[in-house]
Amino acid sequence: MKAALQSTVVHRAALQLPVRAEYELQPAPFASEEVERALPLARRLWAQAWLRKGLIIFFLALAWELAARWQDNDLLLPTFGATAQALLTGLQSGELIDKVAISLSVLLQGYAAGVLLAFALTTLAVSTQLGRDLLGTLTSMFNPLPAIALLPLALLWFGLGHGSLVFVLIHSVLWPLALNTFAGFQGVPETLRMAGRNYGLRGLPYVLQILVPAALPAILSGLKIGWAFAWRTLIAAELVFGASSGKGGLGWYIFQNRNELYTDRVFAGLAMVVLIGLAVESLGFATLERLTVRRWGQQR
Amino acid sequence: MNIGVALRRDTPVATPPAPAASPVAATTDAVASIVPAAAPPAMLEVDAVSLEYRTPDSVVRATHRVSFDVYETERFVLLGPSGCGKSTLLKAVGGFIPPVEGEIRLDGRPVREPGPDRILVFQEFDQLPPWKTVRQNVVFPLLASRRLGRKEANERALHYLDKVGLSKFADVHPHQLSGGMKQRVAIARALAMQPRVLLMDEPFAALDALTRRKMQEELLQLWDEVRFTLLFVTHSIEEALVVGTRIALLSPHPGRMRAELNSHRFGLLSLGSAEFQDAAQRIHHLLFEEDMSRR
Repeated sequence: MKAALQSTVVHRAALQLPVRAEYELQPAPFASEEVERALPLARRLWAQAWLRKGLIIFFLALAWELAARWQDNDLLLPTFGATAQALLTGLQSGELIDKVAISLSVLLQGYAAGVLLAFALTTLAVSTQLGRDLLGTLTSMFNPLPAIALLPLALLWFGLGHGSLVFVLIHSVLWPLALNTFAGFQGVPETLRMAGRNYGLRGLPYVLQILVPAALPAILSGLKIGWAFAWRTLIAAELVFGASSGKGGLGWYIFQNRNELYTDRVFAGLAMVVLIGLAVESLGFATLERLTVRRWGQQR
Repeated sequence: MNIGVALRRDTPVATPPAPAASPVAATTDAVASIVPAAAPPAMLEVDAVSLEYRTPDSVVRATHRVSFDVYETERFVLLGPSGCGKSTLLKAVGGFIPPVEGEIRLDGRPVREPGPDRILVFQEFDQLPPWKTVRQNVVFPLLASRRLGRKEANERALHYLDKVGLSKFADVHPHQLSGGMKQRVAIARALAMQPRVLLMDEPFAALDALTRRKMQEELLQLWDEVRFTLLFVTHSIEEALVVGTRIALLSPHPGRMRAELNSHRFGLLSLGSAEFQDAAQRIHHLLFEEDMSRR
């Protein structure tokens, strides 16, 4: 040991490294400054997502208002103020609320049915090879098919009204959600799967207690995409055949007002679609994400 | 039946090392108190087991006719270089891979599928479901396997979390823990199940050297308190000597039994002792002599 030490000393000397004195310190309590300091007010406000997004919306509305005034043609592009006015009148008279309620109830039925079917299909796909092939073939066949293209067929099968709408909604939700969910299931780490099976979990409890929570980030993004597709499909479908239906939803409201050249109400209808989309995204999905995948550290 | 098993072994058992009553007892720690008993029935019998796994274009033999017995409260280590099928063997004992030849028996009954009487602790940190808090993670298998009611499961979870020193972190999610703490949770979770055998697949390999040493120490302490049966896979000779009471050496491509050695006289305190170095040298020699002679 001593010889080894001497040899290192000799070695160091040969390299001519400066040998400095050793020292030990006892850290004194850190009191000269606060360990934790508050950020300045502006920085804290800027950290609020709703404030930043609100600012973006404010500037977009401002740009709209200026563009409309410069254009000066209420038939083509009503001002932001006029649209807001039409929206308020529609809401106050209850007409717009009725239309939204009709659209939303159809939407939720189609969405829920689509989600259930997607879940059944992907559960089948994770448990059997044949199910996997079935899901793969069906999604590659039907996912590219626009829901609106199915509408004539749906009208033929289910008649005018409720049934056809739910049918095309299921079509627009099912495939993207099934694709996303399956991709999420495939991405669940092998270790986690083995851990689950180690406890004797199998079948549906295994899917519900291991695969679904582990794949939740992918499932949530599938749900979001499905929601957006469903909205688009619904409004478009109502525009196409709402004209012959007595009880139309938001799409029908937009279509009718365009026929009567109430452009401000058309804009109000569109604004309603946008507002509902924003609300679902920021209240529904964002809350769901905050309570699940973010809290669990699966997503930043 | 045990005699039958012993006769059917087609791999020679290594010559037993020096008896336990040798003068080296002075250099050992608490672990040395184990006295090798006179052959009670083995709890876990791995009997001429061959394992294969499939790649897209071939079938690979991972182990070939491997046999060994694990007795109650033994700390049995599978040691070998990468490619000797030790992890595959552990997963077969776990019931995840069916043997193509031979049989694995636990308490005399053949192992056919994964079950809560054999709990695995993996090397990877993602073995803990991230959507459950530390306590829920320990409670989860107890409820999933219907072992205990919610209240008892909670109590037992807290008991074992206390044992691994994590009671303060019971309500934290795994992503907020360090690697060593995650492995402690996995160990607490496995112990709370009170399995017949605890299967550990290189549980400390992803940890830094200092944390690994600490975890080995804690594992031995836990064993002293709980006296569980352990089947432990590692590729570190030092870890095998410290953790194990008996070591099975496997040779690679495909995995075959190379030797079985006793290591109950070594503990963390014997690290660096001359005898420990000799044992490590001997194992090193057994594992790598073929490589040497080929050169």
